[in-house]
Amino acid sequence: MARITLDNLRHSYSANPVSTDDYALKEIDLDWTDGGAYALLGPSGCGKSTLLNIISGLLNPTSGRVLFDGKDVTALPPDRRNIAQVFQFPVIYDTMTVYDNLAFPLRNRGVDHGQIDSRVHEIATMLELTDSLSTRASHLTPDNKQKISMGRGLVRDDVNAIMFDEPLTVIDPELKWKLRSKLKELHQSIASTMIYVTHDQTEALTFADQVVVMQEGEIVQIGTPIELFERPLHTFVGHFIGSPGMNILPAELVGGAIRFLGHAVELEGPVKNNQGSLEIGIRPEYVRIGTTGIPSVIRKVADIGRRTVIEANVNDIIVNAITEDVPPEQGEEVYLEFKPSQTRLYADSWIATEVGA
Amino acid sequence: MKTVNQHGWLFVLPVLLLVAFNALVPLMTVVNYSVQETFGNNQFFWVGLRWFEEILQSERFHAALGRQMLFTVTILIIEIPLGVAIALAMPRRGFWVPVCLVLMSLPLLIPWNVVGAMWNIFTLPDIGLLGYTLNNVLGIDYNMTQDPLAAWITVIVMDVWHWTSLVVLLSYAGLISIPEAYYQAAKIDGASNWSVFRHIQLPKMKRVLTIAVLLRFMDSFNIYTEPFVLTGGGPGNSTTLLSIDLVKVALGQFDLGPAAAMSLIYFAITLAVSWLFYTLMTRDDR
Repeated sequence: MARITLDNLRHSYSANPVSTDDYALKEIDLDWTDGGAYALLGPSGCGKSTLLNIISGLLNPTSGRVLFDGKDVTALPPDRRNIAQVFQFPVIYDTMTVYDNLAFPLRNRGVDHGQIDSRVHEIATMLELTDSLSTRASHLTPDNKQKISMGRGLVRDDVNAIMFDEPLTVIDPELKWKLRSKLKELHQSIASTMIYVTHDQTEALTFADQVVVMQEGEIVQIGTPIELFERPLHTFVGHFIGSPGMNILPAELVGGAIRFLGHAVELEGPVKNNQGSLEIGIRPEYVRIGTTGIPSVIRKVADIGRRTVIEANVNDIIVNAITEDVPPEQGEEVYLEFKPSQTRLYADSWIATEVGA
Repeated sequence: MKTVNQHGWLFVLPVLLLVAFNALVPLMTVVNYSVQETFGNNQFFWVGLRWFEEILQSERFHAALGRQMLFTVTILIIEIPLGVAIALAMPRRGFWVPVCLVLMSLPLLIPWNVVGAMWNIFTLPDIGLLGYTLNNVLGIDYNMTQDPLAAWITVIVMDVWHWTSLVVLLSYAGLISIPEAYYQAAKIDGASNWSVFRHIQLPKMKRVLTIAVLLRFMDSFNIYTEPFVLTGGGPGNSTTLLSIDLVKVALGQFDLGPAAAMSLIYFAITLAVSWLFYTLMTRDDR
């Protein structure tokens, strides 16, 4: 178990990177404390798997350093970094039994028999695999195969970190939920540093204490799930997290006040930067259908269970709202109210308001 | 009641006819010959299983079968590991992949009698590149038309040259289908190169290797053209493999009955070994 520090990390897949566009990772600085549960969240191709492979040692970064507990491990191969990794598709050794699969990483390191046996049984109990220990691993269902992949990561008790690269992609939805809570449980019982890569916000937000949101090779925001949801520092985070994401609306500065299509909008606090292109950001959860405010026409109403997602047109701009009340009808004319404490201003996509007193 | 659509038969009829004329009818003709004696003039006499008894007890047949088994086992022992080793050494991506694949395919594209003729000339002691080099440059006494051991080595080297590529291509196809994550996981699990081969590459190549062994077994067990062109079965009878002997009986001596019985025994051996091997290899796939 270790503290993981990434120092000025850059990576390019081309041999001679010239412009910043050649870099899959543009400049990553991170500090992860020992025993935490972290998630790397971002769309496909944002560089999160690249980052993970650099931490595990499968890739060598173009420049920068990886430190475990302050020790530079950038040049070490994966087996000497003492980390475990679970991949997107279950990797199992077909010809071996479940027991042998779990014992494999320990046997390769010359751990003695008795210790292997007790570790394997311990992990099998945790993952509910005890009954199938003597079956051939190739005969198992995909979710059980993925459990073995995880088990091989968990079986070593001296690992610096366990990394998960979208491990639930091939798992059926109902089992996904089960495995996810299992992982959370495992993290609480073994308390090792875990890094979880995903493009699924639900997975990231339920698993991690702290989520790193990435876009195009850069870290956009690091925060707890609540921070990312409540106060995105960048419109990308607002848009990417939440379902539907944050409303990002065009804004203009008229005589010291912010207006949206001519309607005055009250913000969370003072504006610290009004340069560049301005946008208002408000989560659909904080848009209320009322009797005063911005006039709009209901375009679409979608029932998502306990709540209703409403798409309203203000002139030609769509504003999403989520309500638990009786929803209006399609085509109805209503007024939208933005909750001031949750209304932010973004300048060139970065947050430009300060939290009000 | 459910009606069964029988139109499907119409579509398989052409291929049934084709198979009937190129396989079933000739096979039944052979069965027919194998139980009869002929004295020319198209006169046939029923002899029952006499030819089978004679063949199974004949020393000539035992010798040919022995040579055939020695040949097949030898080339399998050489070609399968060699093919796997070459496939492992081949690059998985980049400029050299197509180059290697084309080079590997070349021997497979050469007509069999040409292979025999090429090696025949290649090994001639006075003008062949190999024969001349061995005799006159390296000073090794080599003449495969006189020395049975030299003839055997030449036949085997020729087969290895001609057919190892097939094993390489099949193994390579098996190897490149292994996802990168397996290698990465193995690295993280601290597996040695041998472990990676034993627990990842070999199991993933098992199916294609089964096919490779089957193809090489059947083809080598039935081999005729190349050794016939190269050595003609000589010197003496030293490289007279089963099919060469069979042709001698059938066409050289025109003993249709014994030749037919021999063909059927030969066919039964090939079939039985192939079936046994395939069943054993696929037994625990269930």
